[in-house]
Amino acid sequence: MASATAPPAAGDTACVLDRDGMGALVRELRARGRTVIGPTVRDDAIVLAKLESAEELPYGWGVEHEAGYYRVRRRPDGAAFAHSAGPQSWKSFLHPERVRQWAADRGPDGEMTVRPERDEPPSFAFLGVRPCDLRAIQIQDRVMIGGPHRDATYGARRGGAFLIVVECTEPGATCFCVSMDTGPAARPGYDLALTEVVDEAGHRFLARAGTDEGAEILAALPRRPADDLTRTRAREDVEAAAGRMGRTMPEVDLRALLAGTLDAERWNDVAARCLTCGNCTMACPTCFCTTTEDVTDLTGDHAERWRRWESCYDLDFTHLPGGSVRGSGRSRYRQWLTHKLGTWWDQFDSSGCVGCGRCIVWCPVGIDITEEAHALHQESLDGQAGTEDGRP
Amino acid sequence: MTAVPLPYRVTANRPESADTRTIELQPVAEALPVFAPGQFAMVYAFGVGDIPVSVAGIDGSALTHTIRGVGATSRALCAVRAGTQVGVRGPFGTGWDLPSAAGRDLIIVAGGIGLAPLRPLVREALSAPGTYGRLNVLVGARTPADLLYRSELDGWGHPYCGVTVDRAGPEWTGNVGVVTALLDQAAFDPHDTTAFACGPEVMIRAAARELLHRGVPAQHIRISLERNMHCATGHCGHCQLGPLLLCRDGPVVAYDRAKPLLTVREL
Ligand SMILES: Cc1cc2nc3c(=O)[nH]c(=O)nc-3n(C[C@H](O)[C@H](O)[C@H](O)COP(=O)(O)OP(=O)(O)OC[C@H]3O[C@@H](n4cnc5c(N)ncnc54)[C@H](O)[C@@H]3O)c2cc1C
Ligand code: SF4
Ligand code: SF4
Repeated sequence: MASATAPPAAGDTACVLDRDGMGALVRELRARGRTVIGPTVRDDAIVLAKLESAEELPYGWGVEHEAGYYRVRRRPDGAAFAHSAGPQSWKSFLHPERVRQWAADRGPDGEMTVRPERDEPPSFAFLGVRPCDLRAIQIQDRVMIGGPHRDATYGARRGGAFLIVVECTEPGATCFCVSMDTGPAARPGYDLALTEVVDEAGHRFLARAGTDEGAEILAALPRRPADDLTRTRAREDVEAAAGRMGRTMPEVDLRALLAGTLDAERWNDVAARCLTCGNCTMACPTCFCTTTEDVTDLTGDHAERWRRWESCYDLDFTHLPGGSVRGSGRSRYRQWLTHKLGTWWDQFDSSGCVGCGRCIVWCPVGIDITEEAHALHQESLDGQAGTEDGRP
Repeated sequence: MTAVPLPYRVTANRPESADTRTIELQPVAEALPVFAPGQFAMVYAFGVGDIPVSVAGIDGSALTHTIRGVGATSRALCAVRAGTQVGVRGPFGTGWDLPSAAGRDLIIVAGGIGLAPLRPLVREALSAPGTYGRLNVLVGARTPADLLYRSELDGWGHPYCGVTVDRAGPEWTGNVGVVTALLDQAAFDPHDTTAFACGPEVMIRAAARELLHRGVPAQHIRISLERNMHCATGHCGHCQLGPLLLCRDGPVVAYDRAKPLLTVREL
């Protein structure tokens, strides 16, 4: 959000934009010096990239998802946002894959000068943030800038970012935001929220502002007042989406479930399938782990500190002089899942999963977080049944 | 500063044993906030990397670190020459919080390099006579040659400072065996004791088991744990131990919290 503490803009700002209005929105944001990032079709995927104009949006494209499966496909209705999560997430822009944190020089007598990276990131506008991904951004906010130590790189990028949420009307086969209570309707935290409606009355977007800056931008666009038909269709489409989730989580306290699974048999089962490749962690919009790299130039007197994404599936992740703490694949998958659904609560007072389904789609062997959670739940029920019957 | 190191000048570098050295650091210009015993710094060897190192001595803004060379960065830090500079970030993590044990008997159990973070704790207790009950210091090392701070140890225990080694030649007349065996000679009232332990994880677990067995409650046993750490600011994810981020919720953790986590393999 442009100003995280600004109260929601006063009054009903709801209005309707048509496709030209969408074009004007991107132009207006660019005129205000914003770098607009949004979905576009590239290399047979809907990726997030810098947009020069709204015409680059994936009008007429959708996606098909399944575990380990992703295909773009044509849509006859011309919709721009009728697709769920792609391979990347907004963390690529807020918490970039590789950043320089500082550079240091050493003088002839061993004296050291350290220069913090002066990161002057673009002023971002994110167009097409799904409600689950808005929650993912809010979760990374807690991790990166919500604790006692503020991460400067993330803070500088996040601070000025303008967020345009587009509600979900076309969930994918691997989506479960309803289970995680993150969508498909927009939750607070956006500057603008849009709902795309395509029907006999035309292709249009119901828009409303969540901040003063959002209201100001809407006011600068060609628009018309929100009519009842558009409001009703928008609401119905989002409600219908909630009933079309491809996946669900077990309806239990997941944090408590996971806390009780440390000795579960199921970890052996999943470990036999998991390649510990770390794709799930790279694709996940909340996974934040990094490692550091120290490099020097040929003289050895100029050094740089870089930070890059790392995965808890890497064997070296828990390296200690005596060997890695989590040597087995079992312990590494267990770490990932218990962290996502369980201990994230202890550490950051929220779930680490928003139900976007990316980890399911981008797993080369199709391991499904919801299926694993159901299996762990079943195992815990079986265990309880055992004790109640007096069986071991 | 928490992400960017400040330059500190190396004012001394002396050997403790074959693989361990103690370095003294002074801020070149700006100083970090004052460290508390039990907290740690990220110490940067130019161009090589930075690693978590506990404070082994605190004198205003001057820092003492005792470092065992086990890999690239720790060896580079053992090799720093007086007059050159290193980078320091911190202070990080929870401290021993000795003041909360006022009036109680103290037991300090150290194994190997684990004595380094306990040294400022011992000094803090010694500098406040009458504030605490009896001070027992139990030190274990692999061999007599691996003992740290040998010239200081004598003055450390009131009433008891015991030293033991895993193995020794005939010239060694002291104790041989595990550090927990020294508890028999310590003087303490288990119901009114706070214990502090640092060393290899097996030693910490053994010490905690013995202390529990003698009646010291788990919440009065404080241990310092080691995990891989890169940022020390809670952002890199490496130091997780179940629900804990050890750079933030540790390294000093009460044993009632740590025990269920330390018994799970590969957590
Ligand atoms: C809170 C805390 C306090 C410590 N205090 C001391 C101390 O006072 N004296 C002392 O000698 N040692 C201490 N250690 C252990 C010391 O940090 C490791 O021995 C050191 O990090 C090893 O790094 P290396 O590059 O020399 O070795 P390698 O085994 O080559 O390590 C490779 C890389 O792993 C990474 N790494 C990060 N954290 C660790 C870690 N904890 N252990 C191993 N690798 C790590 C580093 O980037 C390191 O460069 C402490 C550790 C922690 C967590
Ligand atoms: S764990 Fe999977 S479903 Fe949950 S937020 Fe991460 S990628 Fe999305
Ligand atoms: S769960 Fe799938 S994506 Fe994640 S590490 Fe295992 S094989 Fe890779």
